[in-house]
Amino acid sequence: MGLDFFKQETFRDDYTFRNSPEAIRRFPFPFAEDSYMYSVNMEPHVAGPKGSVFEHMFDVDEHYLSEMRDRAMVLRDDPLRCQSLPHMTLAGWDLLELIMESKARDYPDWFELHKTGNRWTWINRPMEIEQTFTFLNESTLPHGPMEYITRQTQGDFTLQDQRDNNLWIDAGMVTTQADWSLDFDIGMGFHEWHAPVPHAHQMGVFDRALKFLLKLQLGAPVRRFNWTMTVDPILDTSPETYPKWGPSKATLTLDNIGHRQHLRVELQSLHRLPRSNAIAFPIRAYLIKFEELVTMPKWARRLHRVVRDVHPDLATYKGFLRNRDLMVQYLSQFDDGKPTSPGWWPEPE
Amino acid sequence: MNSELEGTIRSRPVYGTLEPREGSGHLMVADGEGAGAIVDLVAGAGAGAADMLARTQIIYIPGPNGTDQSDRLRALNAWSFFRANDYATAQPRLRKVLGDAHMGLQIYLSGTEGLIGQAQRDAIEAGLPHSAVQTEFRGSTVRRVQCVHCKGITENVRTDPFKCSHCGLNLFVRDHYSRRHAAFQGVNIDAEDPGHVPPAVERFK
Repeated sequence: MGLDFFKQETFRDDYTFRNSPEAIRRFPFPFAEDSYMYSVNMEPHVAGPKGSVFEHMFDVDEHYLSEMRDRAMVLRDDPLRCQSLPHMTLAGWDLLELIMESKARDYPDWFELHKTGNRWTWINRPMEIEQTFTFLNESTLPHGPMEYITRQTQGDFTLQDQRDNNLWIDAGMVTTQADWSLDFDIGMGFHEWHAPVPHAHQMGVFDRALKFLLKLQLGAPVRRFNWTMTVDPILDTSPETYPKWGPSKATLTLDNIGHRQHLRVELQSLHRLPRSNAIAFPIRAYLIKFEELVTMPKWARRLHRVVRDVHPDLATYKGFLRNRDLMVQYLSQFDDGKPTSPGWWPEPE
Repeated sequence: MNSELEGTIRSRPVYGTLEPREGSGHLMVADGEGAGAIVDLVAGAGAGAADMLARTQIIYIPGPNGTDQSDRLRALNAWSFFRANDYATAQPRLRKVLGDAHMGLQIYLSGTEGLIGQAQRDAIEAGLPHSAVQTEFRGSTVRRVQCVHCKGITENVRTDPFKCSHCGLNLFVRDHYSRRHAAFQGVNIDAEDPGHVPPAVERFK
C-alpha cells in the first residue's frame, strides 16, 4: 500500500477523526458474547486473518500519522507522559528492537531496518525518518530508545521490570490512556497500579494474571482486550487533562450521541523481552463512533445488551454511568432482539 | 493495623508496630504522636535499651495537629536528637544520615502517613533495603495529596473535596497512593459539571 493510505485527521479541536468502511470492518470489537464481566481473558498473540488488526505484531492502520502527530503535541505540553526509571534503559532497547524488526518484516514497503554489526539504519517512510545509530548506545539517538521508537508507534507502552515475584511499572509512553496517570503510577507493583479497579481484586483476577505473566516466555506474546467509552474522538483522555475533556460528557443528546460517543477498545499485548527480562505492554487504543459501529448489525445488537446490563460499578469506573441510559436508548433502535452468534467477528446480513 | 485507616485499596500502605531489632545503628524518625511509638519501642528493648540508645539518632517534627512531644524524646538521651519544624527542614539532615548509613542500620518511622511516606521514600532512594525500614502509624490522619492536574502537593488535607493549594481546582481525594510521591491522588471533582462542588466533609483529622 502506498503512503496515501494514511489519513490526515485530528483528535482534538475540530475532531475530524473518522473510520473508513474498511477500518470499521476490521475494528476489534471486544465482546464475544452479549454480556461483560472482568476476566483474565488472555490468548496467544499469534497472527490472525489477513487484513485484521491481528495480522501483524504491531498493527499500523490509516490513523498512524495523525496519531503520531497527536502524541507529539501531548509530549510537548507534558513531557512527563513519557518516563523511564534509570534501570529500564536496556528494556527500552529491547522494545526498540522488537518494534523495528517486526515492522520491517511486516510492512516492508513502509519500514526498513539494516544492520551492520551494532550499526543500525532505520527507515520509516510514512514519517520521513532515516536514522543511523549504534544499538545499545543512547547518545546516538535523539531520545532514549523507548521514547524514540514509541514516538513512531501507535498505542501506549509500559515496560514492567520483574523482581521479587512481582512486576513493577518502571517505564512508559502514555498519551492515549483511559484515564490513568503514568507519572503517579510509575514505580508501583502489579496490585498497586491496579488498585482502583473495582471487583476484580476480590475475584482474584489480578492474582491469577500476575502468576500467569511472571511465567511469560520469550517469543510467546499474549493479548487481551479492554474497553471503555469516550465522548468525542480524544486519544488523550488523561487524568491530567480531565478538566478539559470532562465537560463534554455533559453535552450528549439523542441527536448527537451517534456521532460523538465512541467505543474505545484497547488491544493489549504482553511480550517478554530478551536482554532485560522485562515485559513490554503495548496498549493500542481503537476508537469507533456509535454511528459507525451500528453499521454492523451483530455489533449493534450486542453492544446494546452489554451496555444495558453492565454492572453499575464498572460503568462508574469506566466513566460512562451518567450517559448509560442515553446510550441504551440510542442503541436499542438497532436491537431487534434476534440472537447473536458467538465470537466478535462481524457478519454480513 | 489501625482501624481508622481500614477499608481501602491495594496501593495503600499498611503499617505495623515498631519492634527493636539488632542493628549496627538505629535511626528513628517521628512526627506528632509518633513520639509515643518511639518511647514504646525503647521500653520494649528492656535491658538492651541503653545499648540501643547509645547508637540511636532521633529526628522529630511536631505533628500537623500541633502535637509537640519533643520533651519525651529528648528525655530518652539518645546519642543524638534533632527537632525540626517541618519535613522540608529535616530532610537534608535525614538524607545525610541515610547517605552515610552503614550496613545494618535499622530505621524506625512513626507518626502520620505523610511523615512515614516521605521518610520511607528518602530511605529507599538512598538505597536502603525495604527490610531495614519499620513503620507505625500514630496520630493525625490528615493526608498529603498530589493534584493530578498541576502536580502540586497540598499538605495536611483535612476535607474531601478540598481546594488545591497550587492551581485552585476542587479536588476529591482518592485512596490511590504513590510511594514515589509519598502522596494520595487528588482529582478535579467538578470537571464534568463545572461549579457543582459538593460540600467539603472533614474526613481526615
